[in-house]
Amino acid sequence: MNRSLRPLLATVVIFAIAYAAAVMQFPALFSTRVLGNFLTDNAFLGIAAVGMTVVIISGGIDLSVGAVIGFTGVLVAVLVTWLGVHPLLAFAIAFVVAAAFGAAMGLVIHYLEVPAFIVTLAGMFLARGGASVITQDSVPIDHPFYKMITSLYFRLPGGGRLTFLGLTMIAVFIIGAILVHRTRFGSYVYALGGNTTSASLMGVPVARTTILIYMLSSVLACLAGIVFSLYTSAGYPLAAVGVELDAIGAVVIGGTLLTGGYGFVFGTFVGVMLLGLVQTYIIFDGTLSSWWTKIVIGFLLFLFIVLQRLVFAASAQGDKAPGRA
Amino acid sequence: MNRMALRNVVNTQTVALVGVLLLNWVLFPGFFRIEWQDGRLFGSLIDVLNRGAPVAILAIGMTPVIATKGVDLSVGAVMAMAGAVAASLVVAGYPAWIAVSGALALGLACGIWNGILVALLDIQPIIATLVLMVAGRGIAQLVTEGSIVTFSDPTLVFIGTGSFLGFPMPVVIAFALMVLVTLAVRKTAIGLFIEAVGVNRSAATLAGIRSRLLLIVVYSISGLCAATAGIIVAGDIRGADANNAGLWLELDAILAAVIGGASLLGGRFSIPMSVVGALIIQAMNTGILVSGFPPEFNLVVKAGMITLILMIQSPLAGHILGWFGRGKRGAA
Repeated sequence: MNRSLRPLLATVVIFAIAYAAAVMQFPALFSTRVLGNFLTDNAFLGIAAVGMTVVIISGGIDLSVGAVIGFTGVLVAVLVTWLGVHPLLAFAIAFVVAAAFGAAMGLVIHYLEVPAFIVTLAGMFLARGGASVITQDSVPIDHPFYKMITSLYFRLPGGGRLTFLGLTMIAVFIIGAILVHRTRFGSYVYALGGNTTSASLMGVPVARTTILIYMLSSVLACLAGIVFSLYTSAGYPLAAVGVELDAIGAVVIGGTLLTGGYGFVFGTFVGVMLLGLVQTYIIFDGTLSSWWTKIVIGFLLFLFIVLQRLVFAASAQGDKAPGRA
Repeated sequence: MNRMALRNVVNTQTVALVGVLLLNWVLFPGFFRIEWQDGRLFGSLIDVLNRGAPVAILAIGMTPVIATKGVDLSVGAVMAMAGAVAASLVVAGYPAWIAVSGALALGLACGIWNGILVALLDIQPIIATLVLMVAGRGIAQLVTEGSIVTFSDPTLVFIGTGSFLGFPMPVVIAFALMVLVTLAVRKTAIGLFIEAVGVNRSAATLAGIRSRLLLIVVYSISGLCAATAGIIVAGDIRGADANNAGLWLELDAILAAVIGGASLLGGRFSIPMSVVGALIIQAMNTGILVSGFPPEFNLVVKAGMITLILMIQSPLAGHILGWFGRGKRGAA
């Protein structure tokens, strides 16, 4: 067993145990209906988490994703409902805006040498404030195109529905995994996360890669915002508050190191599913209040952080620098 | 000597604060009017101080943490927990001093927890404090059982809304804390130790500083400050709102410290300037409100302000300014 795969393995094992335990208590959890809803309900979080994984592997952090999701929802809703633009054109405009936004953050992070934490914090304020300035109310979207997309699904055996939104998330995870693990851009991302100076000395185009990373994160957050607006059929400036924390949580639980240079896109998928499982379990139980979700997620975060410390402290004596998967 | 003292007071932050206040005065002519009524001062300026006090208190605790190259994201959640504990204890019939000490003890415990994660387990501060940020609000809701616990205990209400020598109580507490922590770090070697750990922790440890203990102490102070702010906010609204108390205030506190000139890369900080930073943020909030913009506009202005500060503080700006400075000297 490859040592560097241990945190990923731990995540998968913990998810399997948690799911098995939940199924023992509520056998209804083991059905394609529940699994299908897992994918649909967490689609926006999963898509945003893929972008966050790339950012964190590169040694950065992006606190603006929740705000970008909210902003995209409002922008699309306003364009479609107030200005009568076709949703597809509205999506295209939103993608351009998000890409420019992410590129601007990447530029500031690289050229002004400011910690990503504070730059994306400013980005979060800007996007959230911008959305609130456009409108403070929830803007409903009532367009035939929206109805058409939300009614698209495959029927799974057992009555479950694999919706278009769920499929979009799976597609993003697959493309994200190929991008990170199998392309030159991906190896640049790992190199940056390992050590920026040595990456630069080895000829990695640091400026371009940094800008692309934050562009990718904002564009994926924008896609997550579109998915969220399809999911709720509305745009609301305070939508998806705190999703950045859930996304970071999913990435950490998925075994990606917050110091950068090490992580897996697939781990993030398991992390998102684990967060979804916690929520679904609490809904199934019925007696536990919703705040238990936060406590359990906090505990899971703690568990995985400590686990990572122990695994890496153990492997530090052996082979340092686990490298890419 | 006098010129030195003057130079200590006149700097970018105080000039910015005066600028924002003057702008408010232009937008709202009655801004500087202060009245004495019922044994206390009233006026927009006092309001800025009063509303800015919780963030100022958080910033007092946050600044030393940032100076050690750390950050404490959990302060907002700790505020909510402290408010919830104080309110629940009072409602359960305990005297106010037990409620206050209980809330402070909880803040201390949260700080020690964060400190242990950062100092002993060597976890990145952002992530170590993220655990409590996520879980803390859930715990606060657990304590209040999901509802807003209201109370009318005179002592707690006095902490939130009372006045002392004419000044609102939160302002007095914030000022006292500022003086206390400033003296503690600047009149002893602790401030130097904090900066040393922030610049290079292993070097500081090798030089004989007990950096682990120091980090735990620094995070504990932050936890205590957060608990104090939590009690004030709860006393102000006469209730503990686990969902909204201190929501996003950790970001305001970090912003205040950064405006106050603390470097996020550690090693440089000033407690009074962070308090000035908190007042700048509050003065802008008040200015936006009195000038009739929607309060949401605040966020956009804050984003613009962070960007401006980052540009001024960045090494690139330093190069450009240095280049200009050289040019001038060459011409002279």
